Amino acid sequence: MLRAEGLVKTHYGEGAPAHAVRGVDLSVARGEFVAITGPSGAGKSTLLHLLGGLQRPDEGSIWLDGERTDSYSEARWAVERRKAIGIVFQFFNLVSNLSVADNVELPALLAGVPPKRARAEREALLAELGLTGKERSMPGELSGGEQQRVALARALVNHPPLLLADEPAGSLDSKGTREVMRLLSRFHGRGQTIVLVTHDARLASAADRVISFFDGRIADDAALDGTPSRKPGTSGVLELRD
Amino acid sequence: MRLPLLALLARGPAHGYELKQDLELLLGSAYPQPNVGQIYVTLGRLEKSGLIEGEDVEQSSRPNKKVYHLTDAGREALHAWFEETEDEPRVRDEFFMKLALAPQTGLAEQIALINKQRRQYLNTMRNLSKLAAAENRDNRIAHLLIEGAMLHLQADLDWLERCQEELEELE
Repeated sequence: MLRAEGLVKTHYGEGAPAHAVRGVDLSVARGEFVAITGPSGAGKSTLLHLLGGLQRPDEGSIWLDGERTDSYSEARWAVERRKAIGIVFQFFNLVSNLSVADNVELPALLAGVPPKRARAEREALLAELGLTGKERSMPGELSGGEQQRVALARALVNHPPLLLADEPAGSLDSKGTREVMRLLSRFHGRGQTIVLVTHDARLASAADRVISFFDGRIADDAALDGTPSRKPGTSGVLELRD
Repeated sequence: MRLPLLALLARGPAHGYELKQDLELLLGSAYPQPNVGQIYVTLGRLEKSGLIEGEDVEQSSRPNKKVYHLTDAGREALHAWFEETEDEPRVRDEFFMKLALAPQTGLAEQIALINKQRRQYLNTMRNLSKLAAAENRDNRIAHLLIEGAMLHLQADLDWLERCQEELEELE
């Protein structure tokens, strides 16, 4: 579904150039839930931005569903992000002067969905995310956790095959984090492909594959099978000692 | 197991099997189920050291059961338990020794050790998440136990990340 080869991205700002992504090959299969973890500044957000076409790589290529995106224009990427790729960000990025309902319906209307159907989609998603009754609220009136759920509804309203999440719990408390984790797991359970960037190992453990990202490179790529090891593992961690 | 059993008996007399059920109810499915044999052995020891006393209660058509109650010495021991603070959790020193000694043995690579250890922690974290999802939402104590374990593991993972950052720079 998603493939990247030889991705390189260097940021040139004040001071020395920052080598955010230094040669990344990555392949994500349909239905996979992949978490990318690593310390802040390791370049993991930049990698996600490259995958969503929000930034362009200096070198390397990305394939979406087998199609090479090298020649995609900004406008073409915008269409992909409307239809094929949903994105949620750490700070929600909701349109502050639009109601919750309008925030969610807007991408559907932009994608040419008839208003009636956009409304039905929005109603179903908000109900699913426990936001019924908040349709008329403005984003600023909601808690962080609620805003992130609105952002999730907006990202999913057009049923994109791929969901990219950039530190979706980064500005939430522990309860909000658990909520995001539960929702991502639920959508994944229904077949949603997800690539999640997070520094939170609890959130990452919801994925079935974890990529450790250090210094612009993939340091480890591990499938989490959840098989109990022969060591104490879970029960050992939980054991209350006398 | 000694002090938790004493604490359960502070509420009133109970027999071994009741105590096992009380523990399970309190701590939820997440906590490794206490083995009833272990509970009887512990109760025997507590009785020997004078912290509890058992009384045989006759049961028709079944063997007698022993109902235990707290003694004054037991209550005193519980007071002392609540009075004390507990030791800090310890850094996983066995892994740390592997990491520290690997380079001079030439037998293992530090980064490979870190990656391997992280995989195990992540798998355990995943199992804890599953436990939390399966646990009754209303059992706060059980959820706090799981969350505590997850936060400890998160700290261990953060520390592995620091090790990796530092040691990769040296390569």
